[in-house]
This record gives sequence, structure tokens and C-alpha cells, in this order.
Amino acid sequence: MNINNVKSEFPILQEKLKGKPLIYLDSANSAQKPKSVIDRISKFYKKEFSNIGRSVHKLAVTATNRFEETRDLVKKYLNAKSREEIIFTKNATEAINLVASSYGEKFIQKGDEILLTELEHHANYVPWHFLREKKGAIIKFAKCNDKGEVDVDDIKKLITSKTKMISVTHLSNVTGAILPIKKIVDLAKTKKIPVLVDGCQGAPHLPLDVQELGCDFYAISCHKMYGPTGVGILYAKKKWTDILPPYQGGGGMIEEVKKESITFPESPTKFEAGTLQTAEVVGFSESIRFIENIGIKNIMEHEKKITEYGIEKLKRNNSVKIIGEPKDRGSIISFTIKGIHPHDIATILDDDGVAIRAGHHCCQIFHEKIGVAATARASIGIYNDKDDIDMLCKAIDNCKKIFKI
Amino acid sequence: MELKELYQEIILDHGKNPRNKGRCNEFNSDAEGYNPLCGDKVHIYLRVGKYKEVQDSSFEGEGCAISLASASILTEIIKGKDYNVAKKIIEDFLNMIKNETKITINSLSDEQKTTLMSLSGVKQFPMRVKCATMAWHTFNTALEGKK
Repeated sequence: MNINNVKSEFPILQEKLKGKPLIYLDSANSAQKPKSVIDRISKFYKKEFSNIGRSVHKLAVTATNRFEETRDLVKKYLNAKSREEIIFTKNATEAINLVASSYGEKFIQKGDEILLTELEHHANYVPWHFLREKKGAIIKFAKCNDKGEVDVDDIKKLITSKTKMISVTHLSNVTGAILPIKKIVDLAKTKKIPVLVDGCQGAPHLPLDVQELGCDFYAISCHKMYGPTGVGILYAKKKWTDILPPYQGGGGMIEEVKKESITFPESPTKFEAGTLQTAEVVGFSESIRFIENIGIKNIMEHEKKITEYGIEKLKRNNSVKIIGEPKDRGSIISFTIKGIHPHDIATILDDDGVAIRAGHHCCQIFHEKIGVAATARASIGIYNDKDDIDMLCKAIDNCKKIFKI
Repeated sequence: MELKELYQEIILDHGKNPRNKGRCNEFNSDAEGYNPLCGDKVHIYLRVGKYKEVQDSSFEGEGCAISLASASILTEIIKGKDYNVAKKIIEDFLNMIKNETKITINSLSDEQKTTLMSLSGVKQFPMRVKCATMAWHTFNTALEGKK
């Protein structure tokens, strides 16, 4: 599939809003879905649906097979060592909560330290905060520099003998900085500290090989990978899945239940309580096929080209200030316009059919650091092109006209 | 949905040059409002008299044009009003945003009514309603002395 024709694969991008074409620049928030994913969910419900892993009838077998085939696809896509390392969750937030809860319960004591960065999304801070409240853990934030990056040395400085977890984003959802995960993992290994990577923004845009990265945990948000909502993935190294206690209790995740005691099966079953998002997981298999058809390297190259074009063009506008200037960056451009609040920008852009996000993007720690309550953010996905950037810039000019700037 | 209805001249003017910004002299009641969705903040300061009349009112805060204009217009219009009148204006305003009713209170001039009604365009933009109403809810809290 040629990346330049990819827009036509997304039904929603053919829709018009108030007669204007939709310019979708909010993929970091959630990406749109290609027809193949939508059709797969529909077909599953029409022809194959049943609950999985429980009944013995034909549909149950088919549904279970389709579900587990997706796990195999994900395993292959991430280059994980075994399928036991792929756990389906409801979202990336739940994946991080699972680790914070299960790892925290077993390994975190009062005074132990969890190392995060100032760039983290609330989803990679709040679950650790719960541990701080519950167990008296200490949370440290590696500083983010003026360019909106986190240097591995600033992580190194904060490591002590008490550090029990390093949890960092792969790609900042505000500055777009790609963090040096490999270096962080190498450093952590010398100190025997596990590393969790929040891969919400990394997974849809960067080539992934968890064995090469070497991290212990990697959290994925499937709806940001052109997949259905309601599905997240936790990659967890087998050495952890073997010893971590279950997260939630319920049906499906037990081995034997007696009045006196309960035993649990191995991963991933022990971490997947209750009926899962069956159709959505099956639908996600098409997202992976879609990405693989185009090729993640082509996607990365394309998005880099469009992002660079966008930054270049926005920089020419004197009123626009781009937040962060990371050397290694993904397809995210956060900005402010002097004299116009980001929410006003977003509302006016929307009137021109341009969908962006405004606010603190669930990163209040970072926004507080730079002394700005909110920013506007254009995030670029597989389907965006230079025309979309031109429309964004035109809509920004309209903003300035309305506000007489 | 008309953008022009939202960003009227009068709102842009109040948004750019908000009146009553800062802490009014000898304020004796205040309240803070916060929108966790966008990070907008407003802090209302009131000097309330013996009969709970609003002798002076002002605000501090940061936010979008709509929220600043709303706080500016609010503090401007309610300043000097008796308690009952102030309550009725707040009630009328919130009803106008919620139920599309008109401002009915008699003690306001036509110009003041027009100014208040300029904020009614926000109802066409459901995601922005809180920008317009937050200062009013916060004002109410300050007026009632509830923290």
C-alpha cells in the first residue's frame, strides 16, 4: 500500500464537516480507523462472535482462535520472546496500573524510589502516586531540559540504591521528544532496576523490538495505533509475568477455586480477568496488518517529512511559538499563539474543519514547569499530508484575524 | 454554529482588556474555581456589606477569551448590586446558558442585558460552556461565603 493514497482507506476522512473536509491533526489523542479494522469488527460480530476460552461450541473455538491469533501477531510485531509476555488490557493506562499495582504490591517498601520524568503523561504518574500513598514510596522526576528532552544523565543523577523502578515515556505527547530508551535500559540494567516504557506515542510511530530495547515492560494504547478503543497491551518480560501476582480477580483468570484457597494459571491468563474486549482485540489484528502493509519505517519517514514541513511553516509565523525543540522528535507539534488562548485557537480551527487538541494534554507537571497552563497541539498521523499543514496554517491566520493580531 | 456569535466584539474586548482584574480593596470573601479539563483558573474577590450587598468585586485568573470576558462582564455588572439582585442576575445568566431563556431582571439597563447576552453564543459550543459559567458558579460560592 502506498502511503500517499492512505487517506482513502479511512472512511471518516471522507466525511465533510459543515461542508468542509476534515483535517484531522489529533492522532496523538486517538487515531482514526481504517476500513479494514472497522470491517473486521463488524464481520466478527456477524459471523464469528462468542465468548472466548470458555465454551466448547464451534463459535467459541473460532472466536478464541481469532483472539489468540491477535496475540501471536502482537508478539511477532513487538518481537517478544513468547506469547505469555503479551497481556491484553483495556488501555495503556490499565497496563501501567497493572504493573504499579502487582509489582508495587510485591516489591515496593516504604522509602523505595520510583523514577519518572517531568514529561510523563498523568497515566504514568498517578498509578505510582497511589503506591506513594499506599506504601510510602518516593517519586522522583528526572528533569526535562529547555529543548523538551530528557537526558540520560539526568536520570543517572537520581538513581540511588533505593530506586526500584524507572518508568518513562518513549515519545513525549507534548514536546514530541523521543527518549533514549536503549541508553536508559542499559543504565538501569547495571543497577538491576526494571524499566517500564509508556509506549502510547512510541508504538504507533516507531519501529519496535522489545528484545532490542531490553525494557521490562512496554505499555501500548491500541486506539492510537489505528485500532479500536478499549484495548491496551502490556508487554512484560516472562521473568516478571512468572512472579507478579494477579492484578484483578474474576472469571477466566483462575486455575482452581475452593472455599479455602484459589490457585492461578500462568500469564497471560492470570492477568486477564473477566470477559475481554473480544471483537476489539480481533479488530486490532487488522491495525497491525495495516501498519505492516505500509511499513513502519515508511510511516516514520512520511510523518517526519510532514512534521518538519509543519514546524518550518509554523516558525515563519511570528505569533506562533513552538513548545520544545528536541533533536530526536516524533510527529507532535505543540504551540502557543501570543494573545490567543489555546482553547480559543482550537474552537476557531475547528470551524475551519481542523481538529487539534488544546489543554495540558494530561501533562500538568510539564506545563507547570514551563509556566504555561495550556498549549495547542497538532499531531500528525499516517494519513496527514502537506495540504493538511497548509490548512492548519490558514486556519491559524484566521484565528489571528478574529483576534486582530 | 456560528463562530461570529461566540467571538463577538464585546467578548473580544473584555477578553483582551478584562475589567476588575486583581484583588479589590478590603475584600472579605473569595472563592476559587478550577476547570481540571483545561487548567483554567478563576479566583473571585468580593467586598460584601452588612446586608450582603456586593460593594466591590474583582477576579484573578487565567484562561481563554470566553472565560476572561465572562469574569470581566460578571464583576462589572454585579458590582454595587444588592444581594437579591445579584442572586437573580446569576440565576438568569446560568439559565440563559443552560436553557436559552432571556435575561429578565428589570434592574439592568438594556446595554447591560445586551452585554450579558453576548455570552449566550457559547451554548452552541457545548465543550466551551464551562468557560463561560465557571466564574459565575465561583462568584456564587464567594457570595454565599461557602468555601
